[in-house]
Amino acid sequence: MEVVISLAVGVMAGAGVWLVLRPRTFQVLIGLSLLSYAVNLFIFSVGSLAVDREPIVRPGLAADLANYTDPLPQSLVLTAIVIGFATTALFLVVLLALRGLSGGDHVDGQEERP
Amino acid sequence: MPASEHLLVAPVLLPLATAALMLLLGEGRRGLKSVLNLLSTAAGLAIAIVLLLQVAQQDAPAAFGVYLPGNWPVPFGIVLVADRLSALMAVLTGCVGLASLLFALARWQHAGVYFHVLFQLQLMGLYGAFLTADLFNLFVFFEVLLAASYGLLLHGGGSARVRAGLHYIAINLVASLLFLIGVAVLYGVTGTLNMADIAHKLPDVPASDRGLLHAGAAILAIAFLAKAGLWPLNFWLPPAYAAASAPAAAVFAILTKVGVYAVLRLWTLCFPADAGPSAGFGGPALVWGGLLTLAFGAVGMLASQQLARLAGFAVIASSGTLVAAIGFAAPALSSGALFYLSSSTLAGCALFLLVELLERARQVEVGPAQHDDGQRALPAFVEAEPPPDVNLDDNEEALTGRAIPAALAFLGVAFTVCALVTAGLPPLSGFVAKLAMLSALLELRTPAAWTLFGLLLVSGLCGAIALMRVGIRHFWTPQERPAPRLRVIETLPIAALLAASLTLVLQGEAALAYARATAASLQAPTLYIDAVMGARPVARTAGGAP
Repeated sequence: MEVVISLAVGVMAGAGVWLVLRPRTFQVLIGLSLLSYAVNLFIFSVGSLAVDREPIVRPGLAADLANYTDPLPQSLVLTAIVIGFATTALFLVVLLALRGLSGGDHVDGQEERP
Repeated sequence: MPASEHLLVAPVLLPLATAALMLLLGEGRRGLKSVLNLLSTAAGLAIAIVLLLQVAQQDAPAAFGVYLPGNWPVPFGIVLVADRLSALMAVLTGCVGLASLLFALARWQHAGVYFHVLFQLQLMGLYGAFLTADLFNLFVFFEVLLAASYGLLLHGGGSARVRAGLHYIAINLVASLLFLIGVAVLYGVTGTLNMADIAHKLPDVPASDRGLLHAGAAILAIAFLAKAGLWPLNFWLPPAYAAASAPAAAVFAILTKVGVYAVLRLWTLCFPADAGPSAGFGGPALVWGGLLTLAFGAVGMLASQQLARLAGFAVIASSGTLVAAIGFAAPALSSGALFYLSSSTLAGCALFLLVELLERARQVEVGPAQHDDGQRALPAFVEAEPPPDVNLDDNEEALTGRAIPAALAFLGVAFTVCALVTAGLPPLSGFVAKLAMLSALLELRTPAAWTLFGLLLVSGLCGAIALMRVGIRHFWTPQERPAPRLRVIETLPIAALLAASLTLVLQGEAALAYARATAASLQAPTLYIDAVMGARPVARTAGGAP
């Protein structure tokens, strides 16, 4: 499972970085979204990956990380998702405003000079 | 728990409550909103000053106010801490906020519906970032202040602002993601998010995890340094700050200092000289990065054709100075740097406010300023004659009030004072700060210290030349110009900021003593760790609420 998660994080981060460096605003937006997915998965994975373990203490089972998964990264991811979603939405609004003002979708508001 | 202890959380709650109330008021009622905003901002400044006095009165070992907002035991719940550094930053936030708001009340508050709400949220994010002692909470407050700053940057509209805003948002979103990665790695290594607890557990990190720890700390530092405007992460800063409306840019003068503060706080806490294998990790990178930034800022000041961009480069140069001075981890140098931080924040804020007044004075004469995007070279050396059909009536006639007869004199004096502080020339606070840093550097005698010594002097010269050139262009060359129209409420904040800067000189000994005590307590992070880790939740009394 570690391999799958690492691959997912790596592929999404790589695609995200590539897209963020592109000159079109929509590509930058998608790139930022992909990057934030990658980061969210990464945060999730720092709490040690485990299958079939829950973060809520059950009676009779000792409360340590051998029996449970770490609840804190999950709550961090939740916060990060919410904040990332809100700021991405805000970026989208500015993107549309720039498109309306400049008539194009280049990040600089004008095409590069030849 | 006595009421005075709840004062620590007030700087965060007050702007939040005010912003919520103003949202409920709807889109109109500007008069009521501006009164509310003014009251809340002034109250925030007053609270910050009270916090500073509380901390300053105590002896150094106990100079911490610790507050547990959720009343959870320490490593688990969020902690707010006011020490000397936090209190100083909070007071600076209050000063900058109040000055910008007063300036905005004259004209800029009319340019958008949610100005007052965004302004309060900006202050909330700033106060929270300076007061929190929890790494993830710091991230949340960073996002609050960034989200508000996106709105403030776009305040007023126009394609220049939107274009600069798009770049600013994209860069800050990427920096926030780096912040998250750094926080996650630090959590993975130490298993905690409380800054004091992280610092407490760092010496026990096994050697196999050291590499991961250092990588996480470095990634976190990149996020902060991008915010602080360290070269080469600062190309977004001059266009964004130049495009922002004057009050927004004036508030942004302290945004770069948030990055500097975060680096100073976490670096001194986690990697002090006695931290074993991690002692002073990244110090040389901070020093040389700061030096490069300082050089970049100085050259940029010389190269900029527009006062707003010049002010942006001045902010970069002051960030570079601060980061470089912090990186030496020498108490005497850090205390000079803290004095410099106060002085440069106040002067930077005043300079950004002055930019607009000066531009307005010039527009009366030569027509609207050309937008300088840094692409077209040398537009401003040859001043055009006023076009024959230039409209000498100010468009804002309806909004501006009576003209101050001495408007030009005020602008001249204010600009001169600002330039003296920014360039660090005697007799003002910039000079005292630079003198304190220079005399501390003479003691260090390392190549990096000599480089900083030289660069401080050279950058002062560059700043003086650049600002003098602007001064000559604005005040000496024009002939028979009509006096610009200023309102008292626009000149008041500038005068107040410069008076605060002057107070820093007149009360120089007290201010330097405070800075020395701050640097000393930063140099001994165990005091901070013990104060935070020793905090206990309030016991619930049988009678009810504590």
